[in-house]
Amino acid sequence: MMVEKATPQVKESRRVRRRARGGLIVCSFLLAALSALPARAQESPYIVTYDHYLEEPGNLEVEYFSTIGTQRGGNNFHAFWTEFEYGAKAWWTTEFYLDGQTTFHDSTLLTGFRWENRFRPLKQEHFINPVIYVEYEQISEADKIIKEVEGHDVESDHADPNSALRREHNHELEFKLLLSKSFKGWNVAVNPLATKNLSPNNPWEFGYAIGASRPLALKASPNRCNLCRENFIAGFEMYGGLGDAASFGLHDTSHYLAPALAWNFPSGWTLRLSPGFGLNDNSHRLLLRWGVSREFSGFGEMVGHLFGGRR
Amino acid sequence: MKTNIALLRPAMLLALAIAALIALDFSFALAQKVNSDAPKKDKWDYAALAKVPEKARAKHNPFENDPDAPAAGGKLFEQHCAECHGKNAEGGKKGPSLLREQVQQATPGTLVWILTNGVVRRGMPVWSKLPEPERWQLVRYLQTLQSTPTLHPEVRH
Repeated sequence: MMVEKATPQVKESRRVRRRARGGLIVCSFLLAALSALPARAQESPYIVTYDHYLEEPGNLEVEYFSTIGTQRGGNNFHAFWTEFEYGAKAWWTTEFYLDGQTTFHDSTLLTGFRWENRFRPLKQEHFINPVIYVEYEQISEADKIIKEVEGHDVESDHADPNSALRREHNHELEFKLLLSKSFKGWNVAVNPLATKNLSPNNPWEFGYAIGASRPLALKASPNRCNLCRENFIAGFEMYGGLGDAASFGLHDTSHYLAPALAWNFPSGWTLRLSPGFGLNDNSHRLLLRWGVSREFSGFGEMVGHLFGGRR
Repeated sequence: MKTNIALLRPAMLLALAIAALIALDFSFALAQKVNSDAPKKDKWDYAALAKVPEKARAKHNPFENDPDAPAAGGKLFEQHCAECHGKNAEGGKKGPSLLREQVQQATPGTLVWILTNGVVRRGMPVWSKLPEPERWQLVRYLQTLQSTPTLHPEVRH
């Protein structure tokens, strides 16, 4: 079979078509997001810990989070990430993350992506509610969002300049068991985690996150209001590493305690704030986190219609 | 650092497992669509109401005599429920009407139990993230709505 060599004009034309197709897909998703209605969720204040509540089916939640961290032996940093969380089913939520960071007096860079899935195996509420969490991540060593702490992660890992850190890339699989219970307005969640770096000669690493939270009022007021106490949920998180398969335990690990507050607006926006304090010398002294999110209902349906589904 | 292909196998397996799950989901949706071509009187059934434990059914609404409860419940309904069940609880593509006799004649305890536990396999999430008093307020609001007659829902298993 003869293969005709593509001329520069043909190549250019293909490139333009590819870009147009990509642009069309991006525009379609944006259109779908804009066409979807904002929905109000009762979001927890946790930034690291997960409770057992999944995204409502068909809804898309778009979230932006930011972590400003102090760094001994290096420059302070601002790490940030965007999450797109979609409720595929009432028992399955899938989420895509894009991570980046700015190290002050150094540079700004995108550091990778994550794809997580959460599955609820049980049909009803139980004394403790388990959810299975599976994540694949492809990030560079320059990633500083510290969304989870695992193994022997310590502050000094982040001290090198970005030019050195960005050369190392990690492909990781992460598994968590999300255990959570709500009782008399309180939510308590415990998340043990295990991570496997898929690069050679890396052992399984372990970590944990725990959290507790409660709305400031358990009863709704009859009026629509932004400042009603029921719109605020306060709590705390604690998270840290537990070593790895070769050296399990608390030595050479970092740990954090973080009060957390969420403000759920009736308009569908949620604001979160959480200053995290390092609990030992291996931890960053301060991780000041905040985030903003908005949930859109009917996103899945809108995308379905855009790609030929029936109304 | 170079990535060892052999060690990437778990990632591939995970991707395959999730792809299989998506494929299963599509085939399930297709099967439902084929079944839905048969003539039907009502898309939704209310079978979950019959499965509520007796102890939960017997619970009384602590907000029964609270004059603010219907208004507070109405606000909560608009914020959390209307997107699936319709602005006036008349039902929508994602959720059944809550004006039907089956719902209106259910005890407050039955409705709170359904709210707390959801009907997860049928698309209704658990709502235990709302504090219990808010769930009772919601039920109080639902029971102020006008009931509409049943349309002989088809029984689905």
